[in-house]
Amino acid sequence: MPPEDDGVALETRDLTKHYGDRTAVDSLNLQIRRGEIFGLLGPNGAGKTTTILMLLGLTEPSSGEARVDGLDPRRDPLSVKRRVGYLPDDVGFYDEMTARANLEYTARLNRLREPDATERIEFLLEQVGLSSVIDRRVWTFSRGMRQRLGLADALIKRPSILILDEPSVNIDPEGVRELLKFVADLRTDEGLTVLLSSHLLHQVETVCDRIGIFVSGRLVGLGTVAELAGALDDDWVFELGVDPGLSATHLAGVVGAVSGVRTVEGDGPGRWMISAGRDVHLELLSAVAAAGGTIDHFVRRGADLDAIYHRYFTGRTDDSEHRVGA
Amino acid sequence: MTASIASAPDTVQLRADPDTHKLYGGWRIIARKEFGDHVHSVRFVILVVLMALAGLASVHSASGPIRAAASAATDVPSIFLYLFTLSPDRVPAFHEFLAILGPLLGFDAVNGERSQRTLPRLVAQPIHRDEVINGKFVAGIGAIALALAAVMAVAVSYGMLRLGVGPTINDVVRMIAFFVVAVVYIALWLALAIVLSVVTRRAATAALAGIAIWLVFTLFGGLIAGLVADTVHPVPTTSPTTEQVLANARLELMVRRFSPSQLYDEATGVLLNPARQSTGLIIQDTTSQALPSTLSLSESLVLAWWQVAALVGGVVVMFAAAYALFMRQEVRA
Repeated sequence: MPPEDDGVALETRDLTKHYGDRTAVDSLNLQIRRGEIFGLLGPNGAGKTTTILMLLGLTEPSSGEARVDGLDPRRDPLSVKRRVGYLPDDVGFYDEMTARANLEYTARLNRLREPDATERIEFLLEQVGLSSVIDRRVWTFSRGMRQRLGLADALIKRPSILILDEPSVNIDPEGVRELLKFVADLRTDEGLTVLLSSHLLHQVETVCDRIGIFVSGRLVGLGTVAELAGALDDDWVFELGVDPGLSATHLAGVVGAVSGVRTVEGDGPGRWMISAGRDVHLELLSAVAAAGGTIDHFVRRGADLDAIYHRYFTGRTDDSEHRVGA
Repeated sequence: MTASIASAPDTVQLRADPDTHKLYGGWRIIARKEFGDHVHSVRFVILVVLMALAGLASVHSASGPIRAAASAATDVPSIFLYLFTLSPDRVPAFHEFLAILGPLLGFDAVNGERSQRTLPRLVAQPIHRDEVINGKFVAGIGAIALALAAVMAVAVSYGMLRLGVGPTINDVVRMIAFFVVAVVYIALWLALAIVLSVVTRRAATAALAGIAIWLVFTLFGGLIAGLVADTVHPVPTTSPTTEQVLANARLELMVRRFSPSQLYDEATGVLLNPARQSTGLIIQDTTSQALPSTLSLSESLVLAWWQVAALVGGVVVMFAAAYALFMRQEVRA
C-alpha cells in the first residue's frame, strides 16, 4: 500500500555530483510539486544536465539522493524511467529509420502493445505537426523537426513527469513559442509535471510556475519570476563606456566614491560594470564628467537573466569564470 | 487513491511499483532491433555475398582433387568434409575469412549510439543499462550464425552437386560441431569489436583497430611465433639436433596458441577431419606409426576440448570487459 501522496513529483536532497576535482552539482535541494512547470535556469555547464541524469538514475550521485514520485532512481530505475519522459539536450534518432520506426522502437521499449502503439504514435506525431513526414527517414529532418519528434518520443510512454533539457536550443523563436505552448497545454490537460532546463530566461519565463537559478552546481535563486524580479529591485547594474585615455585606477576611484555604488568592475579597455543599491545614474554621470572622462556608452542592465546572473555571480567569490556580458 | 493504513510510517517512504515485473526482458527488444539492422544493412549483405563466393571458390577447388581421388580410394573416411579442409590451389578455406564478420558487426555498437546521440534517449527508456550491451551482443551473434549458416548451406549444396554424394549423418553432426565452434570464434572477435566501440569515440577508429588486431593475430601470428621461437631456441642451419628442432617447434606452437585463430584452426581441423588424431606437433615418425583409423566425433571432441574451452573463455573475458567498461562510462561522455 503506497503511503499518502505528498504531492511532490521530483525531489533532491543534498544531491551532489563530483567529476574528479570538479563539483558539477553541489548539495542541491529541490522540490517540484505535481502538476508544476519548473524551470531550471543556468548557464551552460552549470550542472543542469547532470542533475537531470541523476533524477533519471543514469548517473550515480556522489552523495545525497533523488526521488521521483517517491521512488529512488538508484533502486527502482525501471519504475522511474517508466514514468518520466525525457527529451535530451540535442536529441538524436536513428537516421536510417523513419520517424514512425524510431517511435515504434521507443514504444516497444516501453512495452506498449501493438494497436495501441500505432495509434499513440500517429496521434502524437499529429500533435507535434509531423504527420506528413511520418514515413520519412529522420536524416531528412531539420533540427526543429527532430526536436518536435523528440517531444513526441518522450510522450509515447504516457509519462506523468516530463523532463526537457534545453528544449529551446536550435529552434527558431516561433518554434520555441509553439513548443512551450504545447507543454503548457499538456500540463493543463493531463496534469503533467514538467521540469525544463534552459539558459534563456526570457524564453521560458512565460510558462514556468517557478524557476531555480543554477550556477556552478549551486541553486542560487528560487521562486516565481515575479519573486525573482522583485529581489532585483534594489539591484542596479550599469554599463559604462569611457574614453580609454583616462587612467583606469583614477576612474575606478572616482566611480567607487559615489555613494550607493557597491562594486566597480573592469570589463575590457574603457568598459566598466557598476552595480549599486539604488539609482545612481545622475551621480555617476556627473562624477565621470567631473573627472574629465568622455562617456561613449551608458546603459542600465534590465531585470533579465543577465542581471540575475550578474547579481548572483557578484555575490560569489569565484565568479571569474562566468563573466556576463563580456 | 487509497488512504494509507495506520501503521504506515510517516517518514517519506519509498513506494514500490507493482508493475516492474512487466519490464523484464528489455534486451530482447534491443536484440531484435539490432539484428534487423544488421541483416538489412548493406554491410552485412556484401559480407555474406563475399563469403559465399569465397565458399564456392574453396569448395570448387577442393572438389576437383576429391573427385579424382575418390574413385581410387575406398576407405577414405569422410569425403564430404574434405570440401572444407582441402584447398589445393592456395585458395584459403572460406571459413578463415569468416572471423572478419566479428569486427565488422561490432565496431559501432556503442560509439554509433553516441555519435547519433541516441544513447541518452535509449537508456532513458525502462530498460537496465546492461541490456543495451547484452542485446547488441546477442544480436551480433545471431547475425553471425545466420551468415555462417547461409554460407555453409551454399557451400554444401555446391559440394553435393560437384561430388554427387551427400554428407553422411556423421558428417552432418561434425558440421554442426564445426558451426558451433566457428560461431564461438567469431563471437570472440565480435566481443573485441564491442570493447573497441566502447573505448573509442569514433566508429572508424574502432573498425580500423579491430581489423588491425584481427590481421595481427590471423596473418602475422605465425610469423611472430616463428621469430620468438627462433630467438629463444635457435636452430643451427648445419646439422641441427632433433632436440633443438623440437624445442623450437614446441615453443612456436605455444606462442601461436595465444592467437584465437590458431585455437580455432586446431579445433576445427580435428572436428572436420576424422583422420586427424592430434592437435599438437605431428612428427613424421609418429604419423607413419599412427594407425590409419579414424576418430569418432566424441574422440575428436576430446582432442579439441581445451581449444574450444579457451575460445569460450576468451569470449567470456572479452564480453565481460565490454560490459564492465560500458557500465562505468557516463551516459554523456
